[in-house]
This record gives sequence, C-alpha cells and structure tokens, in this order.
Amino acid sequence: MMIDRRDFLKLMGLGSAVLVLGPRGLAHAADMKAGKDDFLFVQLSDTHWGFSDPKANPDSAGTLKKAIAAVNSMKTQPDFVVFTGDITHTTDDPKERRKRMAEARDIIGALKVKNVKFLAGEHDAGLDNGEAFQEYFGKTHYTFEHKGVHFIAVDNVSDPTSSIGDTQLQWLGDELKKIDKDARIIVLTHRPLWDLYPNWDWWTRDGAKAVDLLMPYKNVTVFYGHIHQENHHMTGHIPHHAAKGLMFPLPAPGSVPKRVPIPWDPAAPYKGLGYRGIEAKTGNAEYVITEFPLQKG
Amino acid sequence: MKTAKRLLTVFILLAAGGFAFNALAADQVIKVTAKRFEYSPNVITIKAGVPVILEFTSLDRVHGFTVPDLGGVRATIEPGKVTQVRIVAPKAGTYEFHCDLFCGEGHEDMTGKIIVEE
Repeated sequence: MMIDRRDFLKLMGLGSAVLVLGPRGLAHAADMKAGKDDFLFVQLSDTHWGFSDPKANPDSAGTLKKAIAAVNSMKTQPDFVVFTGDITHTTDDPKERRKRMAEARDIIGALKVKNVKFLAGEHDAGLDNGEAFQEYFGKTHYTFEHKGVHFIAVDNVSDPTSSIGDTQLQWLGDELKKIDKDARIIVLTHRPLWDLYPNWDWWTRDGAKAVDLLMPYKNVTVFYGHIHQENHHMTGHIPHHAAKGLMFPLPAPGSVPKRVPIPWDPAAPYKGLGYRGIEAKTGNAEYVITEFPLQKG
Repeated sequence: MKTAKRLLTVFILLAAGGFAFNALAADQVIKVTAKRFEYSPNVITIKAGVPVILEFTSLDRVHGFTVPDLGGVRATIEPGKVTQVRIVAPKAGTYEFHCDLFCGEGHEDMTGKIIVEE
C-alpha cells in the first residue's frame, strides 16, 4: 500500500503534531517520500473496558467505541492495529473478567481493519497470570513480521511482579538471534522497559535485561502504554514511546502525591485521551508518529 | 570468639543486601499488616541510621512491599506467614513504599511512607 504523506496528515483533519522519531533522535519528516513497502499501523492503549468512575470519565461505556469509530474514519486505513495492554479494567471476579474481555473483543471487532494485535496489561493479566487474556486475545508474547519490520510483543504483566521473567527473556534472546543486527525491529509492550518512575510502579523489574538484549541491534524502537500519557525517552540509541490512554489520563510522573486519574474536564471532554498512527517508511528505521486526540462529537 | 565474628559478618552482609531475616533482639520491630489495598500503619517513622525490622502479615492475599529509594528493598508478603524486612535509612527524608505485586482494582492506592528523622 502506498501512503501519501499528505493524506496521512489529513487523516482526521485534526492538525495533529507530527514527529519523526527514530534511533537517531528527532528529525522533521517534510522531505519523506512514499515507497512501495510503506505502511501505517495504529496504536491504541489502556482502553480499560469495564472501568466506571464518572468523575474520571462519564462516557466510560462510549469511549472505546468512539476510538474504534475514529480509526474506522481514517482516510488511509492502517495495515494493522495494536492494543498495548489494559484492554479491560481489572476485576477480582474471573467470570466478570471474561465478560469484559468478550465485550471488548466484540467492540474491537467493529474495526474495518481485521488485522489486530493484542498485548496484555496488568489489569488484563495480573490476577490470573494471563489465563483469561489468552482465551480471548491469544498469546501474550510473540513475534511477527510486516513489510520487512520485525515486531516483538513482550509480556511484562502476566507475572504480577512486573517482570518479563527469565523464560521469556531467553525466548527474546533466541528470537533476536534470528534477526540481522541492522534489521528494523519494533518492540511492543505494556510497561516501560526502563525505570520511568518506580515509585509509581512505572517500570519493568527486569526491563534492563531486555534492553541489554536489544542494544546490539541498530534499529530498535519501543512502543508501550501503561502510563496513560505520551512519553518519549532514549536508552542509548533505542527510543521508547508511551501512548496516551483511552479511558482516563494520569498525571505526569511524580507531579502529585498519588497517581490517580486526572478528573474529567467538562469544558474539554476526552482531554488527554487519544491514539497514534505510526508510519513506517521503506528502508528507513525512522517512523512518522502522529498523535490523534479523541474528540467530542 | 571466631564464631561470633562470623555471625557478625553474616549480619552485616544480610543488612547490606536488605534481605529479610529473623529479627535480632536489639532491633526495633514494627508490625505492619497488609490487605487490599492498604498497609496499616501506612506512615512509619524511624530514625536515620538506626536499623528497624518491619514485620509484615497479610490479611488476605499475596502482596508486595518495596521502597525504590531505599536501595530497592522489597519483599513478598504471603498470607499465613510473617515476613520480616530489615531496613536502615542512611539519611533523613520521606521514602515512599508501595505494593509491587498487582493485587486488584485498588492496587495503585496501596502505598505508604517511611519518614526518617535525624
């Protein structure tokens, strides 16, 4: 599929900020040309289906559907959509957990794009080691390749200690051995792989081990969720991009004593919520990242 | 005498590593209960440089305890067991602790503070 960059920028007519972010840092995308293997994928995160607190989101039953409709209205449809965890809001009741997962899966099934990838968040998988998640959304860690880009989904939530675990790290190392050092690699995960703010549990206990495994590879980019806000960080040459959430925003790390949801602003409904488009260019390890705010209407 | 020296060495090594072990008579013991989604007490005041044993019991399920700014000391608190964590805070300040084992909808609220006085 050929993507005309102007089309991409006009997808929603929102005037969203556009960044090109890649292993070599920030740059502007103005002179990028479309190639035959260019592709677009969309990241949605932290939809927390089942969450209920009108002070944080009076439209909790409508927000996921609204996001799905927004993606469906994109002029250029993505090749695939990825959900980076916390698809559902946690519950102690295994039956209710499965009900929420079934409902979320049905709502997501309304996407025009049928190629959908799922990662678990701790709300989905932390209380049962990912058992229900796997019933409804499949494996919690896996790889796939798309138009020359190697995608690696890393599970750092099914182990409730916020860890990837030695077994999966071994698997990650084995998978990486199959890939050239200069190949394009995108890591998808839920928690940050670096110590963003451990006091709020915004880290992965053994995330540094995963980063160490990735470090020899020249063109690695990490997309994740969990913190319900954008964050862009480099560990060495590896960029890490956190996405906004789609139920409630959270405060900046350490900015307030407790990480409670930012209250809904009636003057600016859905403020702080959004999703992102990620455009991969042929032969280029940099990505055009467009942030789309969820909007009223 | 040699045995006593060896014991002292082990004591220091364990303390430096922040490992849980049986309380020694000289250390103050502070009992803390953990249940979804709170510790009690959730504000603990200690003296800088003075070792303290935090003695945890869980009233419901498995919880965690960690103080990222105190060398990452952590423990898993299992129901039916007493879990001891020895901490020594080197300097005055407020150190946040939290449950680091996801325990449900209020997990993010399961926090507390250690206030360290000179």
